[in-house]
Amino acid sequence: MFKCLFVVGALASAPLSAAQAQSHPQASAPAAQPSDPQIAHIAYTAGQLDIEAADQALAKSTNAEVRAFAETMKRDHAAVNEQAMALVKKLNVTPEANATSTALTEAAARERERLSGLSGMAFDRAYIDNEVAFHRTVNEALRGTLIPGARNAELKALLERGLALFQEHQAHAEQLARHVR
Amino acid sequence: MSVDQGKGERSRREVLASAAILTLAAAWPARAAGRRHVVVIDKMAFGAPPSGVKVGDTITWTNRDIVRHTATARNGAFDLDLPPGASASAVMGRAGAVPYYCRYHPAMRGEISVGV
Ligand SMILES: [Cu+2]
Repeated sequence: MFKCLFVVGALASAPLSAAQAQSHPQASAPAAQPSDPQIAHIAYTAGQLDIEAADQALAKSTNAEVRAFAETMKRDHAAVNEQAMALVKKLNVTPEANATSTALTEAAARERERLSGLSGMAFDRAYIDNEVAFHRTVNEALRGTLIPGARNAELKALLERGLALFQEHQAHAEQLARHVR
Repeated sequence: MSVDQGKGERSRREVLASAAILTLAAAWPARAAGRRHVVVIDKMAFGAPPSGVKVGDTITWTNRDIVRHTATARNGAFDLDLPPGASASAVMGRAGAVPYYCRYHPAMRGEISVGV
C-alpha cells in the first residue's frame, strides 16, 4: 500500500508541473502526464483489484456487514469496468500498462498475501482498513491527476462518475471501520 | 304480470348498475387523486424531492446511474430494487415525512414529504 500511495502521490503532483510548464514556456520538458490509454488502464486496474479484494473477503469473512460491503464492491466495480471496457472499445483505445497501474497491482498482491494469513475479526478489520486506504488513494489520484489529465470528454465523464461512486465507497468503508471493532 | 316482471328486471338492473357505480366510486377517488411524481437517481444521488405529494400519490424512482441502487424507506413502507436503467414505484399511504436510503450505498439518502 505504501509504495502505491507514494507512486500515486507523485502522480498527483503532475498537474502542478504541467501548469508550471505552461506559465514558463522556456521550460520545454514535457510534464509527466499520463495519456488517456494509461489513465484508462489505471482506473480499470483499480476496479479489478478491488473486485479481487472483495472475492477474498467473501471467501474468508463471516461478518454479514463486511460481506454485504464486499458484494457491493464487486457489483459496483464490475459495472464501472464494464462501462470502461465499452468506452475504450468504442474509442478504439487500448489501455496501456504503466508504472502506476503496476504499483497498484503489486501493492494489492502484498495486501492479499498479508490478509490471507488473518482470520475472523482480525481479517475483517484489515480488509476494511485496506478498503478505506485503497479508495482514498484512488480518489486522490482521480481528483488530482486522472480526471484533470483525461483528454477525451467521455473518459473524463466516466472517471467523474467513478469518483462519485468511490467517494461513497470510502465513506461506507470508514463507517464500517468504526463498526467492525 | 309481464309489466311487473319487467319492472322487477329493471330494478335488478338498476341495483346492479348502482352497485357498479358504487364500486367505481370507491375505487375512483384514490385513482383520481393519485398524482404521479418522479425522482431521478444519477451520479450517486437521489434527485430533488417532489413537492406537493399527497396521500395516495405514486412516486416513481428512475435509475439513470450505471450502478444498481435501492430506494428503501426507513419505516419499511417500501424497498425498491433499481438496477441501472430501471424504474419502480410506491404509493404514499400515510401523511408525514418518509426518509429513505439506498441499501447498497448508505450515504445516499432522501426524504419524501407527504401531505394530506
Ligand atoms: Cu445506491
